[in-house]
Amino acid sequence: MTAAIAHYNFAYLDEQTKRMIRRAILKAIAIPGYQVPFASREMPMPYGWGTGGVQVTASIIGPDDQLKVIDQGADDTTNAVSIRAFFAKVANVATTTHTSEATIIQTRHRIPEETLKTGQILVYQVPIPEPLRFLEPRETETRKMHALEEYGLMHVKLYEDIARHGRIATTYAYPVKVEGRYVMDPSPTPKFDNPKMHRSQALQLFGAGREKRIYAVPPFTDVVSLDFEDHPFEIQHFDEPCALCGAEGVYLDEVILDDHGGHMFVCSDTDFCEDRRNHGHRGKLAGHPLEAAE
Amino acid sequence: MSIVDTDEPLLKVQNLSKYFGSRVGCADVSFELWPGEVLAVVGESGSGKTTLLNCVSTRLEASAGTAEYRMRDEKFRSLFDLSEAERRFLMRTDWGFVHQNPADGLRMTVSAGANVGERMMATGDRHYGHIRSTAIEWLGRVEIAEDRIDDQPRAFSGGMRQRLQIARNLVTHPRLVFMDEPTGGLDVSVQARLLDLLRGLVTDLGLAAIVVTHDLAVARLLSHRMMVMKDGRVIEHGLTDRVLDDPREAYTQLLVSSILQV
Repeated sequence: MTAAIAHYNFAYLDEQTKRMIRRAILKAIAIPGYQVPFASREMPMPYGWGTGGVQVTASIIGPDDQLKVIDQGADDTTNAVSIRAFFAKVANVATTTHTSEATIIQTRHRIPEETLKTGQILVYQVPIPEPLRFLEPRETETRKMHALEEYGLMHVKLYEDIARHGRIATTYAYPVKVEGRYVMDPSPTPKFDNPKMHRSQALQLFGAGREKRIYAVPPFTDVVSLDFEDHPFEIQHFDEPCALCGAEGVYLDEVILDDHGGHMFVCSDTDFCEDRRNHGHRGKLAGHPLEAAE
Repeated sequence: MSIVDTDEPLLKVQNLSKYFGSRVGCADVSFELWPGEVLAVVGESGSGKTTLLNCVSTRLEASAGTAEYRMRDEKFRSLFDLSEAERRFLMRTDWGFVHQNPADGLRMTVSAGANVGERMMATGDRHYGHIRSTAIEWLGRVEIAEDRIDDQPRAFSGGMRQRLQIARNLVTHPRLVFMDEPTGGLDVSVQARLLDLLRGLVTDLGLAAIVVTHDLAVARLLSHRMMVMKDGRVIEHGLTDRVLDDPREAYTQLLVSSILQV
């Protein structure tokens, strides 16, 4: 036996830690939207890079899983690539970029466009799990507010938005009420993704490493975005389709093309966009397929 | 000023005591408060006025004694036996608390409108237009111009902040308001206007109030009855005019004679 590299336990974390995290996850699933404290470990990455999500993934992943990691919808950005490589190394699991093939999808700030199915698990990386944090700085007080279901303050924030901007200007980390009880921060996903959480077939787990909290939305759970009767919740709308695949009704990123104001809108979900292009969909900036050029 | 005619008091406090270790905060205080009645608690600094107020308003746990409150369903409940959820609900619906320092009672980083609207949203109002129009109405009642509704209280003067705090408390039509030195730290002309406003609101809305103050002039203007405290105990208790015009206890006489005459 050569000991060229250090031996890690399967999926990096030791078994005791995984048990502890699994207990927290089970409790979180039992109380949808409730933030369960857990003993977050040091991970070989800085806080803010997804230590919470990585610990959740490490605790639930098995040798037969297929892992997909996205960062702002993309499979090919630094954070996604390194976390995927991390698990390929320490858990030796199969990885994929295809949403439909994945059993576990770790995500930073997006929900894939393709509807998730039963058996899939979506793991969110959460920077600040407390939706009331910027309104009430005291943790003792926010916990009490959750316990007593005192959520008037959450609407104060939405009121401020309308007073200042004429509409609810919160576009990401848009607060939701889970199963009619706990108000939850869906992590900084765009509010475009909020309706996808409602009665989703997939299990949704949220891990906040620095803040040491885990929460969950079990499959088929009601997730309702907060709003006012005369200012109902609505998602973002885009004026043009994706410039590469021509998709409409999806979340788009703006990409700057030059320094003369040129820009394009493309799908934030790279796998979805690629898949559509492979099926022959073309946006206005897609160019011609290679065969045609030859 | 008219006292609402009713058979039963709103609040009954008996033998209330609060000790901080071996020190006495307040001791053996008993009184009753009727709907629409304003009770002033006066005394020098450290006499236990604020401790008493905090105990009665359940912000502090009393060491001994009882306090019973007639809820909106006309049933008396012991305040110290309420669950935390019930107490907090009472605090944001049927009660108000006006702090001496408005920053303690306001959210300084959200607009005046949201400050007034918070209690409405906390009690389930989910209609923006309605919340806003009610906020505008209340700002008007406390003499804050409508165009200041989207300004944060940080941009307000001390007097305006205090008036905003009052509006924020009264928006849910409480029956009982606790005030801790409501005019403290304001200059005299602003004080006079605030007192005028408070007096009007108390009469119009039929509020019961417990006002803690060291300023006898405030007590004279606002209150029907008065308790004089010294070293944590109530030493004299009676109609405001009687206590101020004909003080019986030596200490009250001293207090009354200490008012500066200009």
